[in-house]
Amino acid sequence: MQENALTVTHLEKTYAGGTTALRGASLSVPAGNFFALLGPNGAGKTTLIGIATGLVTPSSGALEMFGIDAFKEPERARRAVGVVPQNLNLDFFGKAIDIVVNQAGYYGIPRSVALPRARALLADLGLGGKMEARTRELSGGMQRRLMIARALVNEPRLLFLDEPTAGVDVESRRGMWKYLRTLVEKGVTIFLTTHYLEEAEQLAKRIAIIDKGAIVAHGTLDEILALDTGPTPTHEDGFRGGRLEEVYLKLTHAPANSAHL
Amino acid sequence: MTPYEQWISYYTIIRKDIVRMLRVWPQTFLPSIVTSALYFLIFGAFLGSRIGQVQGVSYIAFVVPGLVMLSVVMNSYMNSSFTMFTSKFFNRNIDEILVSPTPPWIIIAGFVSSAMLRGIITGVLVLAVALFFTHLSVYSAASIAIFIVLTSLIFALAGLVNGVYAKSIDGINIVPTFVLTPLVYLGGVFYSTELLPGFWGTLTKFDPIFYLINGLRYGFLGISDVSLATSLAILFALAGILLLTNWYLIRTGLGLKQ
Ligand SMILES: Nc1ncnc2c1ncn2[C@@H]1O[C@H](COP(=O)(O)OP(=O)(O)OP(=O)(O)O)[C@@H](O)[C@H]1O
Ligand SMILES: [Mg+2]
Repeated sequence: MQENALTVTHLEKTYAGGTTALRGASLSVPAGNFFALLGPNGAGKTTLIGIATGLVTPSSGALEMFGIDAFKEPERARRAVGVVPQNLNLDFFGKAIDIVVNQAGYYGIPRSVALPRARALLADLGLGGKMEARTRELSGGMQRRLMIARALVNEPRLLFLDEPTAGVDVESRRGMWKYLRTLVEKGVTIFLTTHYLEEAEQLAKRIAIIDKGAIVAHGTLDEILALDTGPTPTHEDGFRGGRLEEVYLKLTHAPANSAHL
Repeated sequence: MTPYEQWISYYTIIRKDIVRMLRVWPQTFLPSIVTSALYFLIFGAFLGSRIGQVQGVSYIAFVVPGLVMLSVVMNSYMNSSFTMFTSKFFNRNIDEILVSPTPPWIIIAGFVSSAMLRGIITGVLVLAVALFFTHLSVYSAASIAIFIVLTSLIFALAGLVNGVYAKSIDGINIVPTFVLTPLVYLGGVFYSTELLPGFWGTLTKFDPIFYLINGLRYGFLGISDVSLATSLAILFALAGILLLTNWYLIRTGLGLKQ
C-alpha cells in the first residue's frame, strides 16, 4: 500500500471573527509527487495549509502527515514538513544566509551542518550572490525564492507551496519548477496551490479543487479532466483556457456540482 | 525532538535575539546607562547631600539597588514583549518557529532567556556607572545575584505574556508606562516603604517590586523591610504563575495562531 503524505478528514475551521473557511474538507495526498490544490480566492487553501503546518488552530476534523496525527503530536508530525507561505514572513533585517541557518536551528540542525546546506540551497535557487544581503534589499521574487530555501533546509519529505510563483518572472519560474522536479524525483511530496492552472496541469499528477471550504473534485489529473464532458462553453469574452481551466470553472461556478472520485 | 535538538533550537532563538540587540545597541543598552548616570548625578551629587541618610546609609547608596532594579525590570520586560510582538505582528517571522517541531516550552525558555540576559547586562552596566559616583558595599553577593536573576525572570515572563497577547502596538506600550512605572515607584525603589502611612504601606505588599527591591537592597546594604524567606516564596509563586500563563497561551495558540 502506498503511504499517504497527507490525509485530511472532515476538516472544519471557523475563524474568531465568525468566517467559516473550511466546511468538512477531506483529501488525501499519496507520497512522492506533485499535488495541486486549486480554488478561487477565499476558498480555504491557505487555511488548510495553515492547519497542517501549525499556524491555524482547527475547529474540528483530523489531519495526518505520514501517518502521524498532527493534532495529537503536532511537533512530531511537523518534523518532516516545510512550508512556503503565501504572504511574506521574512525578518526584514535578517541576512538571507542567517534566515536559512536559523530556520535549520529551529529544527534542531546544528550550524556546522546548516551552514553548507544553506549556502548550497541559496545557490541552487539563484541567490548565490545575495547570501549576505538583508531581506529588505531583495526583490519580491528573490524574497519568495529565499522562502523556498528556508523551507527546504530541514530536508522535508512534504513541502507545502502556497502560490510560490506569484510575482516570480517567467525564467525564474521555469528554473524553480525544474528544481522542484528534481526534489520530487528524490521522493519529496510537493503540495502546491496556484492560480496558474496550466502550471498545475503540467506538474501535478493529482489535483483537488476546493470551493467555499469544501472539496468539489479530487482525483488524478486525467480523472479531473474527464469531468469536462459537456459542450465546450463559449465565453462571451472570447477567452478559452486549457481543459483544466474549463473543468475548474464549471466546478467552482455552479454550487450544486460535486464530483468526488 | 531529542534534547540535543531542543538545545540547538533554544540556542538559535537566543542567538538571533542577541544579534538583534547588539545591532540596535543605542536602543537596547545605551538608554539605561544615560538615564542612570543622570539619576546618580541628581540624587548623589545635587540632592543627596541635602536628603542626608536613609536607614543609616547615604541616600545615593540607598538608591543604587533601586536604579539597578529599575533597569533590569524595564529591559527584561521590554525585550520579551517587543521581540515577541514584532515577530508576530509586523512580519510574522514567529511563524518560522511555529511551523518547526520546537515545543512551546523551548519557545518560552528562548525568549525569556534572551530577555533576562539583556536585563542582567544592563543591570551590571548601571552598577558600573554607579561606581563612578559612590562606593558600593556588598553585604551578600549571593542575595544580589539571586534577586537580580529573579527580577529579570519575572519581568521577562510578564513581558512575554504581554507580547504574546497584545493585539496592537499600544498593547505593549501601555503596560510599561501605566503598570510598570507605578509598580517601580510605589515599590520602594527611591525610599523605604517604612516611611509610607497605613493604606499605601498595605498596597505596597501587593507589589512584586517591593519584595525584589528589598532582597536586592539586603544584598548590598544588609537592610530589608521584609523577611527574605517571605520574599522568595512570593516571587517564586509569581514566576510560576507567569510561566504557566505563557505555556497555556502558546500551547493553545491564543494570541499567536489564528
Ligand atoms: N486570519 C483570518 N481571520 C479571519 N478570517 C480569515 C483569516 N484568514 C482567512 N480568513 C477567511 O477565511 C476564508 C478562506 O481564506 P484562505 O486564505 O484560506 O483562502 P485561499 O483559498 O487561500 O484564498 P487565496 O486564493 O485568495 O489565497 C476567507 O473568507 C478569508 O476571508
Ligand atoms: Mg491563500
